Amino acid sequence: MSGFARHRRSRRVIATFTGFEADLLRSLAGQLVELLRNEAAVPDEHADPLEALFDFSGPTTEPEDPVLARLFPTAYVEDEEAAAEFRRYTEGGLRDGKSKAACRIIDDLEEAGLPDELTEDGLMIDVELVEADAETWMRSFTDIRLALATRLGVEDGDEARWQSLPDDDPRAQAHDIYEWVGYLQETLVAALTR
Amino acid sequence: MSAASPVELEPTLTPEGEANLASPWVTIVWNDPVNLMSYVSYVFQKYFGYSEKHAEKLMLEVHNDGRSIVSTGSREEMERDVQAMHEHGLWATMEKAE
Repeated sequence: MSGFARHRRSRRVIATFTGFEADLLRSLAGQLVELLRNEAAVPDEHADPLEALFDFSGPTTEPEDPVLARLFPTAYVEDEEAAAEFRRYTEGGLRDGKSKAACRIIDDLEEAGLPDELTEDGLMIDVELVEADAETWMRSFTDIRLALATRLGVEDGDEARWQSLPDDDPRAQAHDIYEWVGYLQETLVAALTR
Repeated sequence: MSAASPVELEPTLTPEGEANLASPWVTIVWNDPVNLMSYVSYVFQKYFGYSEKHAEKLMLEVHNDGRSIVSTGSREEMERDVQAMHEHGLWATMEKAE
């Protein structure tokens, strides 16, 4: 596990993952895409399908899922109407952008040789990203980390809480994954800053 | 981070040109336990075009004070900035400058 680095001559951002790591990243990105696409961005309050066809507006209320509420925060704290308008015009595009970014990770991993089903032991996946794609990965790592942290209830200065969990606790394992993606993102930011 | 005082006649322009009396809206980024300090600083440099030093200062304000005003401008401009911050996973809101 060495994270991302910048290739000196090509200026590309490179990383080598084990098949297991690449498969895990693909699965995390895939879950994010599912979440972004599944909970309807448009509130489903129109019983009339014809009426729904002519409803081009986006959502106006905060998503119920806490992960989505964190990914799409309320922009105006003290003005409900302005917040609803802002959401109507931005949330659809933001969802789409985040979903596309996560798909970028999946596509890049598969193009680098990650098979649909991981069967081979000792498979290594080398990714080489141009700067724009590396930034897309970096942004999507944030979304993945926000999603994991929201589900886990991560708070400032709570490291001891996670360390005290037994190793076989699923929350301990999820937290390890959260930390790992954080490490990857840290090395990715460092590679892009160089 | 402080707003111009009422007796001040000239708008105070910082080197980044952020403060402007004719620009009554601000974008605020709030602290969260997830985003990496290096990433927040990177986003401020890349999106706003701030120097590394200025971006670090704003990032540390977010980290230490819980929030920082990261840009000032018209309502439309601030809506763009808030949207861009959300695109980057930062927790941003906007309000009228005091």
